[in-house]
Amino acid sequence: MSFINYSSREINCKIVFYGPGLCGKTTNLQWIYKKTNPDSKGKMISLATETERTLFFDFLPLALGEIRGFKTRFHLYTVPGQVFYDASRKLILKGVDGVVFVADSQIERMEANIESIENLRLNLAEQGYDLDKIPFIVQYNKRDLPNVVSLEEMKKALNPRGVPDYEAVAMDGTGVFDTLKAIAKLVIMELKKGQEGG
Amino acid sequence: MLGSDLVMYDEEFKLIDAEIQRLLAQANAKVVFLVDKNGQLIAATGETENLDTTSLASLTAGNIAATGGMAKLLGEKEFSILFHEGQRDNIHISIIGQRIILVVIFDQRSSLGLVRLRVKKSADVLGGIFDQLLKKVETEKGTGKGADSPFAEITDEDIDKLFG
Repeated sequence: MSFINYSSREINCKIVFYGPGLCGKTTNLQWIYKKTNPDSKGKMISLATETERTLFFDFLPLALGEIRGFKTRFHLYTVPGQVFYDASRKLILKGVDGVVFVADSQIERMEANIESIENLRLNLAEQGYDLDKIPFIVQYNKRDLPNVVSLEEMKKALNPRGVPDYEAVAMDGTGVFDTLKAIAKLVIMELKKGQEGG
Repeated sequence: MLGSDLVMYDEEFKLIDAEIQRLLAQANAKVVFLVDKNGQLIAATGETENLDTTSLASLTAGNIAATGGMAKLLGEKEFSILFHEGQRDNIHISIIGQRIILVVIFDQRSSLGLVRLRVKKSADVLGGIFDQLLKKVETEKGTGKGADSPFAEITDEDIDKLFG
């Protein structure tokens, strides 16, 4: 649910990075934070356990530039991926404008990927969102590892609808900004459609 | 998309700003800010120069969301008021009209009792302004007014330029 402020001429949107535990959601945000100009980013907040597993959420506010005189800001969130944090994941999804599903390409994590994407669909539906209708892209992370599932199989299992998808190695930044640009673009296009539709 | 996007116009923003400034003065508070339940900062006033209000807004919304989750598990609709006591500063958080969060940060120059009293009054005023805002948004949607909409003339090139 975006916030359009005509008074300060700002558009604010919320993007959530979702996926199973240790798939690279926080790593995506950390890379974005590291490589973004200090003028374009706020502080990154990470509510995590002592072992650096996300406990509640990570948050990173980004300024992407101006569009027709309106400053566009995106609030990036990650959810905790471990299965037992489902209650928290539901809360973080509230008011989402776009979702990035980060999949762990390792063969032993395929079941977790599938479980997580179904969990995403369910949690969105509980809030009245339809995963097939909101801005949504898939990132296949950890493509550098030796034990990865082929891209074709990953697409078949996780992206049957053929939404935009990107290969990534979040640890070294490969695919991270491509993913971010893609979801931001989809969100703005959706906002434009929404406003035109009335 | 569930619900409507939050829209703020200049006229209503001025009213909101005036009310939170009034609350700041009457409650002897340090900072007053309004946050959307999704974590977007709507307005802030007071000693905000060295305060990361963006992060505070997001964390406040997370706080309300978490305690809201706890409330539901206990059979409550929500906990509409939260109070956090610190060594130097305290935070009073309240929900207005089911969608907006009002946060008051105060120190020893004020008291919880005074803040609660003043917040109660401001909540009515702010609730009224947001109701008015919602009606205005619905009306303008209905009449198809899009002259000032930033999306009215957005092209694909505009969006591409955003990403360099």
